[in-house]
Amino acid sequence: MTSHLGLMVVFAAMTSAVFAVIAKETVRDQLRAGLRLFAAFVGGAFILGWLMYFIPL
Amino acid sequence: MPAGVDAATVRRSPFLLILLAWLVPGAGHFTLGKRQKAYVFAGVLPVMFICGLLLQGRLFPFVPGDPLVALASLANVMAGVPYLVARLFGAGDGVPTAITYEYGNTFMIAAGLLNTLVMIDAFDVFKGRK
Repeated sequence: MTSHLGLMVVFAAMTSAVFAVIAKETVRDQLRAGLRLFAAFVGGAFILGWLMYFIPL
Repeated sequence: MPAGVDAATVRRSPFLLILLAWLVPGAGHFTLGKRQKAYVFAGVLPVMFICGLLLQGRLFPFVPGDPLVALASLANVMAGVPYLVARLFGAGDGVPTAITYEYGNTFMIAAGLLNTLVMIDAFDVFKGRK
């Protein structure tokens, strides 16, 4: 896979899973925290991407 | 686990626990009875490291004169057995011209750093802080 978006999503999923499992004790809390982190990773990347799009470099 | 070293011995020795947690991602938590967490760490971290290798990432050499490369090298080492196996088989030369080179580096460095966090978490569990 060479898609930048795809690789970013895979990275975000793996990192979120580890962070959530470290931070939370029950499976339910881990799933909730993991999904929230994943959304923050991907959403943050989109927001930063669009902000950089408007910077003339 | 090495011969003659059982789970009870590891549970008494923080040094053995940390060593085990470094070598096999999740093994520290497994020994401490946190099996669900251990399975996630053992599944995700080696896969993340292997993804880095498949993406043509590089295992950095330890160069004390170049602090960023030295830190990247330490992060690679913290991945444990996946790092040792990759070194043993001569993998991780890296292809700087590959479009996924930087992604590969990021995956392998992050796998090592996350395993370091997992080791610290195992130590906290050992000490009864969690």
